[in-house]
Amino acid sequence: MTTQINSSPQDERAAPTNWRETIIENLVRLSGLSAVLIITLIFLFLLREGFPAFVEVPLADLFSSRWYPIEDKYGLLPLLAGSLLVTAGAVLIAVPLGLTTAIYLGEIAPLWQREILKPFIEVLAGIPSIVLGFFGWVALAPLIQNLGAPSGLTAFTGSLILAYMALPTIISITEDALYAVPKEYRDGALAIGATQWQTIWRVVLPAARSGIVIAVMLGIGRAIGETMAVMLVTGNAANIPDLGLGILFQPVRTMTATIAAEMGEVAQGSLHYSVLFGIGIVLFIITFAINSLATYFVGGGGKRRRGGQI
Amino acid sequence: MTRQQSQRLAIWVITAVSAIVVVPILIVILYMVYNGLGTLSWEFISQAPRNGMTEGGIFPALLGTILLTLGTAVAAIPLGVGAAIYLAEYAGDNRLTRAIRLAIVNLAGIPSIVYGLFGLGMFVLFLNYGTSILAGSLTLGLMTLPVIISTAEEAILSVPQEFRIVSLSLGATRWQTIRNQVLPHALPGIITGVILGLGRAAGETAPILFTVAAFYLPNLPQSIFDQSMALPYHLYVIATQVPGMPLGIQYGTALILLFIVLSLTLVATLIRSTMRRRREW
Repeated sequence: MTTQINSSPQDERAAPTNWRETIIENLVRLSGLSAVLIITLIFLFLLREGFPAFVEVPLADLFSSRWYPIEDKYGLLPLLAGSLLVTAGAVLIAVPLGLTTAIYLGEIAPLWQREILKPFIEVLAGIPSIVLGFFGWVALAPLIQNLGAPSGLTAFTGSLILAYMALPTIISITEDALYAVPKEYRDGALAIGATQWQTIWRVVLPAARSGIVIAVMLGIGRAIGETMAVMLVTGNAANIPDLGLGILFQPVRTMTATIAAEMGEVAQGSLHYSVLFGIGIVLFIITFAINSLATYFVGGGGKRRRGGQI
Repeated sequence: MTRQQSQRLAIWVITAVSAIVVVPILIVILYMVYNGLGTLSWEFISQAPRNGMTEGGIFPALLGTILLTLGTAVAAIPLGVGAAIYLAEYAGDNRLTRAIRLAIVNLAGIPSIVYGLFGLGMFVLFLNYGTSILAGSLTLGLMTLPVIISTAEEAILSVPQEFRIVSLSLGATRWQTIRNQVLPHALPGIITGVILGLGRAAGETAPILFTVAAFYLPNLPQSIFDQSMALPYHLYVIATQVPGMPLGIQYGTALILLFIVLSLTLVATLIRSTMRRRREW
């Protein structure tokens, strides 16, 4: 929503050109456009540096299951699997936790508790990823190892840390979605005798459904893009994990960690360099898709709905 | 189970789960403080590392983080506030504006390592700035841009419409209105957003990995074209790449970084709540 003040045609004709206004307006307009320019530039640059990879590495190789750059093996599957596994685990942990906490904060907690708890969530959002990764490395991984895993550096450890990093996003957006549900809905349900829980479960949550979907999507985007925290705790083994019950308790490597770990050792312009940029393109496209989809849903999922139809 | 029973059970479960979310946060902070506080001292903050980083202080890394944060501010604030002013005051409801908003949402969602890649390709290599404070600041600045734009726009939009109407009705131009009436009242909100964004930038490792960070530099950076050490990168290296690194130094470094970032967050929150209380509208 902008604050346009419309002037009538008569005023437009009478006012002299104010050069200062025009210059400033154009400067400001340029700043606004810069966002589009920058994101296009980023994409084009990634494409430019990563393009050789798609030309020189046959597509079948790219989708093979061996990532071994020293031997010119650039199979992306282990990395994709690693990112997917860690992200899926993080989402499985974070969504129930985050939704529940948002419900608590929005519907159940008394004001004084809300005043204390919300800063806690903001503190969590503020903790640098390297610090959380460090905590996982020195405290969490040994703990998980003591609980029986052969090594504490697993996809599960990564998922756990990632879940907590995605929580603030999920919690705050879900909170907004719950807040947006009109008070009349709750009042109506309570008036016909529903308990608070029945109201939440059957009235408020369904009404906030689209906002919750957005929260989850943005949480997923946050988890996929995380680098340092997963680098420290997932064990960095570029293998496709064996399927089965223990799938989460094996070391994996994510796409993000691969770029971070290997870019320092590559020669500029080499094939390895290009493939790493190629992974960057994949990450860009994934997060672009998630964010654009989420933005689309904010508009009501394409359907124009008037004030709060379920 | 009766309705009342399921109600009580549900509330109990929800409260318990919320505790599972909140309590570990406290545990992490306390754990870091407990293990790192012993290492902190004036020497630790003000001296350079010695003996292969296993002794001494972390001053160069601390300085580097401060310089990079300042650089990020310079890079991101003018462009960010300008874009926010455009979106709040000048932009119409058309396809271009929607494209700009989509771009901002996406910029906010780009993984930090991808920003690092772009910084490497664009600033370090293409523009030939080399691994430098300049390249690092520009990269961090780009990453911080969406945060500043969003919060600044919100702050500007929250200024009541009456202010603008009265100003224009007294003959002020649009820019005069923005500069003298809207921006001053939006300033605390803008500052809050800037500080939050800078706090995030100070703690980021991935964007600086290939654009500025070095592990050991014999001298402090002399110009923006020099490399620099930085706290997040320093912590990453001493925690994972250096065998025999004393744990105390690792915890101390982590604690300093945590302290800096959380202090910035605290300052921003204080500004925001003071502003909310003093506000007369």
